Formats: sequence, structure tokens, C-alpha cells
Amino acid sequence: MTLFKKLFGAAAALTLTATAAAAQDPAIIFDLGGKFDRSFNEAAYNGAERWAEESGGSYREIELQSDAQREQAMRRLAEAGSNPIVMAGFSQASALSVVAPDYPDTTFVIIDGVVDEPNVRSIIFAEHEGSYLVGMLAGMASETGVVGFVGGMDIPLISRFGCGYAQGVRAVNPDATIIQNMTGTTPAAWNDPVRGGELTRAQIAQGADVVFAAAGGTGLGVLQTAEDEGIFSIGVDSNQNYLHPGSVLTSMLKRVDVAVYDAFTNGMDGTLETGIVTLGLAENGVGYALDENNESLITEEMMARVDAARDAIIAGEIEVHNYSDDGACPVQ
Amino acid sequence: MDLAMLLQLLDSSVRLATPLLLACLAGLFSERAGIFDIGLEGKILVSAFFSAAVAAFTGSVWIGLLAGIGSSIVFALLHGLASITFRGNQLISGVAINFLASGMTVVLGDSWFQIGGRTPQLEGHARFQNLTLPFAEQVRDVPVLGAIYHDLLSGHSILVYVGFLLVPLTWWVLFRTRFGLRLRAVGENPAAVDTAGISVVRMRYTAVIICGVLCGIAGAYLATGLSAGFVREMSAGRGFIALAALIFSKWRPWYALMACFLFGLLDATGSLFQNIHVAGISVPVQFMQALPYILTVVILAGFVGKAIPPRAGGEPYVKER
Repeated sequence: MTLFKKLFGAAAALTLTATAAAAQDPAIIFDLGGKFDRSFNEAAYNGAERWAEESGGSYREIELQSDAQREQAMRRLAEAGSNPIVMAGFSQASALSVVAPDYPDTTFVIIDGVVDEPNVRSIIFAEHEGSYLVGMLAGMASETGVVGFVGGMDIPLISRFGCGYAQGVRAVNPDATIIQNMTGTTPAAWNDPVRGGELTRAQIAQGADVVFAAAGGTGLGVLQTAEDEGIFSIGVDSNQNYLHPGSVLTSMLKRVDVAVYDAFTNGMDGTLETGIVTLGLAENGVGYALDENNESLITEEMMARVDAARDAIIAGEIEVHNYSDDGACPVQ
Repeated sequence: MDLAMLLQLLDSSVRLATPLLLACLAGLFSERAGIFDIGLEGKILVSAFFSAAVAAFTGSVWIGLLAGIGSSIVFALLHGLASITFRGNQLISGVAINFLASGMTVVLGDSWFQIGGRTPQLEGHARFQNLTLPFAEQVRDVPVLGAIYHDLLSGHSILVYVGFLLVPLTWWVLFRTRFGLRLRAVGENPAAVDTAGISVVRMRYTAVIICGVLCGIAGAYLATGLSAGFVREMSAGRGFIALAALIFSKWRPWYALMACFLFGLLDATGSLFQNIHVAGISVPVQFMQALPYILTVVILAGFVGKAIPPRAGGEPYVKER
């Protein structure tokens, strides 16, 4: 009996401290690719870590293991009093639209998805604009005139990358051939480097000498194969230039880290606004990565053309077609 | 489709079929001895993890391979202990092994490398490099045959050649040696083997260990040959497809080769031909990716006929009642 009491007391005390510590903390839910996918989720993680370091605060996190956990994870964090709760990944949208109305006092932030609830901030990136820029770089770096694209799961979001990329390639080389492949139709497609490598080899066989991977963990296989076969690759979301210096031409940056950092910072100040926010080139939400690993690959001329295009897109002189607007791409 | 494209397709099939083939032969040894093994998947996974992790630590892929095989044997022995010594249910033990591998690899990986359960990228000698067969460069320009030799036969990792050579070896061991006869007998009628004065338990343990070795090679190939490091759940159901191929081939080595190659071919087709236009209609990608599974059902239902497993399979041997 005494042992039971002791254990019970200890458990109760543990629960109390856990709740107290979590009361005001923000929280983040990572998507299935995992926190360290070197790509999308890792960018979100870096943003959260930067906030923790600068503010000295702490945050709660959940790494999803399966689709069925989404709703449960959101409810658990909301019940525990975390606020705001950031959800990384488009696939959280449907679960969030169910959960959000039940916790009107909690602010939810969803990245890459739109949920139309009064307490949700939906952050959308203009991936087509960033992809356009790396597409231009690919078009200029390619000697064969054939470039490839490997997407992760076959969803409109990834087609937005592919479509922007294709437009960028065509902008510098109107005759270029663009081979577009998707890894799969299930979430497993984010984590299949073997298949990513096979797709890349297939594209190389068709003449591609630059391949853009927008495929989470699958992209690591693409980048690896590109280095093995001696062609260029383009990373995505995080800066992946360092993974294979000299082979990764550049990375299409999507500043998920900034989005998470801002959400945490503003959430703690109580200045977090809800509604739909689009982060494009103008907001520095997307861009291309240039660092010591790839500066020898990008010539002055390439940089000048890409920077000119960026200014033109910001100024509205170039309009990059957004695949999500009509579900079609003008460039094949 | 021209020759280059066809070779590309077959080349990709060979790469994708190899892990299936190794796992299928592993299952063949185990099941022929009367031990059903649905834990192939788990053993591949655990070997993939340990081979990549040890290769990352030591910088040598060969030590990695040994570690992968070792870990796979440990799991195989676990299965053997549960199903031979303690006469447990073989299916349940296999499921347990799959769960254990799936969880353990991520937990260990995260605590060793702190990068979310994956291992660091392997480079140089920590990976199996592709071999170029002798004279491959010289005969490259010979029409057809040269191209076949250079593009299809040459340029694979050594484990691919090992996998394909294991097919005749398995056939020879199983059907031309005394050991093979006893192994098959243990799977059909263990009481008869016991009467002849041969230890059923020892035969079955031997089979399970061989199964562990082959699964170990399959996992190591996946992590250090096909890709450059371990990622969570990287076996991606290959152990189960190997099991299907085993039933497909009715527990025979040469047929196993064909079945595995067919699955590899279907997989390669799904990734190579994503955008096909037939007679003005474009075939959706989803259909191409579902094709392997559709064909599997069609072939299994229509062409294979009745697959009869080894008679004593799945039943623990009890000497006296």
C-alpha cells in the first residue's frame, strides 16, 4: 500500500510539474518525414530552436509517427495549454479544421496549408517563385538542355514546385526538355531514398544533367545519386548545399524556420495575427541558397540574371504561374 | 522503346530485385526447414541499420557488412529460440521481430547519432562501390552485346553478383547435397529425420542462421550499396514482397529468381515510365505506380496455381507426446 501511495504521489507530482511548465509554452508538431529530414521539418525545427535559444524559453514538440496521430497530438497539446501550436505540413490541415473550433482560445499556425477558422494562422509559401529562380539556374547550368525534377508525394503543392521550376528553365532556355517524376502517392514517398535514386538514374539516362529534388528525405537519395553520377542537383527547403559540395548546384530555400520563429515570438507577445499569410520573394520567404559550397558553381552572369528576375518578380514584371490557381501548368 | 531504354529498365530491375532475391532465398532456407518466417522484413531493417552505423563508425563497408549479418543472425536466433526451442507460434514471433526492428533501429540511431534515427551519409570506403567488369570499357562500342555487357551486366555492387550467384548455389545445396536433403526432409516430415538419428533441432537452427546471413546481406546492400546510409523504415515492405515471391515460386530457387526479377521489373517500370501516352490518352501516374500490385494479384490468382508449402511448416517439432 505504501509503495502504491508513493508511486501514485510521484506520478501526480510529475504530472503537475509537467503541466505547470507547459502552461504558457508554444508547441510544434512535425510531419511524418521526421524532425531531421534535412529538409522541410528540419527547417521548422531550426526555427523553433533559434527561438528557444534567443528567448531562453522552452517549447513542446511532437513528432508524428502515423497519420492517425494527428488529431490526438493537436488535442493533447491544446489540452496541456500550449499556445501557439505550430503545425508543419499540409497534411495536418484536415485534422486541424476539426480540432481548431474546439479550442477557441488557442492560436494554431499551419504551414503549407489553409484552414479557415478564426483562431488559425495559415502560412503559404510562394514556392513557384523560388522554384522559378532555381529553374533558371538549372537551365543555365545544364549543358544537355535536359533537366529533371523529382517530387515527393504527388500533390498540388509539389506540382507547384515543379511548375515554377519548369517555367524558370524555359525562361533561360526555351528549347529545354524538363522531365518530371513523382516518387509516389502515399506519405511513404517522403522517405524513400532508394526510389529517389532510381528515378534520378532514369532521368540521367534520358539526358538530364541537373535534377531538382522536392521530396523531403527521398531527396537525399536524389542528391547522392547525382553526386555518384557526376551531375548537378538542387536541394529544397533547407540549405542542402553542404551535403555534397560541388554537386549540389543550389537549394530552393523555403524559410519555414522564419515562419516558425515568428509564430513563436509573436505568439508569446500576444501579437500573432490569424488569417492567411503568403510568403514569397518579396517577403524573403523563398529564395535560392548561395554559400561557400556552391559559389564556384554559380557564375557572375548566372547570378546577375537570377537577381534581375527576382527583382522583376517582386516588381510584378514577371508573373510566375501558380499551379494551385487552376491545377494546370502552362509549361510541360 | 529502343535498346538503351530497355537496358536502362533491366539495369534498374537488377538493382531493385537484388534485395528481394536475397531475402527470398533467406526465406527459402528457413521455410524449407519448416520454420515460417515473416520476420524477413525486420531482419533486413536491423541489418541495414547496423551495417550503415558500423560502416559510419569504422569507415569500412566490409566491417559494416559483417555487423549487419551479425545483427541479422541475432534476430534470426531469437526467432529460432522462440519457435524451435520454446515451440512458440512462428507467425507471432515473426511479427514481434518486425516490430522490434522497426522501433529499435530508430531508438538506437537517435541515441548514437542524434539525427533523428538516420545514420550519417556514408562516403568512399564506407559504401559498396560499383564494380566495372573486366573489358567493359573496351567492348562498350560493340553493337548490342557490348552495350548489354557494359550497361547491364557491369557496373553493379559486388553484392548484386553475390545475390545472383547464390541462386545456383542454393539449388545445388538444397537438391544435390546430403545436407539439403535433410533440410527439406525436416520441413516435410521431421519425425522421419529424427528416426534416422539426425537432430531436427540442429537442422532447423542451421536453416534459421543461413536465413539470418542472407537477410543480413540484403539489408547491408540496401543501406550501403543502393543508398548511402540508413533511414527510418528503409526496408519499405521489401521483406513482405520477398515472402510473396517465395510463395509465387513455390519454394524453388530458380523460380524465386524469376519471381524476384519480375517484382524488380514492375517496380522499375513504375518509376521509369511515369508519363506514358498510348493512342492519344495519357496514362495516369497513379495507374503506373499501382501496376505492380495489380499484376501481382492477377498473376497470383490466375497463373501460379496452387502453392503448397512444406508440410511441416509452421509446426514446432515435438519429439514425444
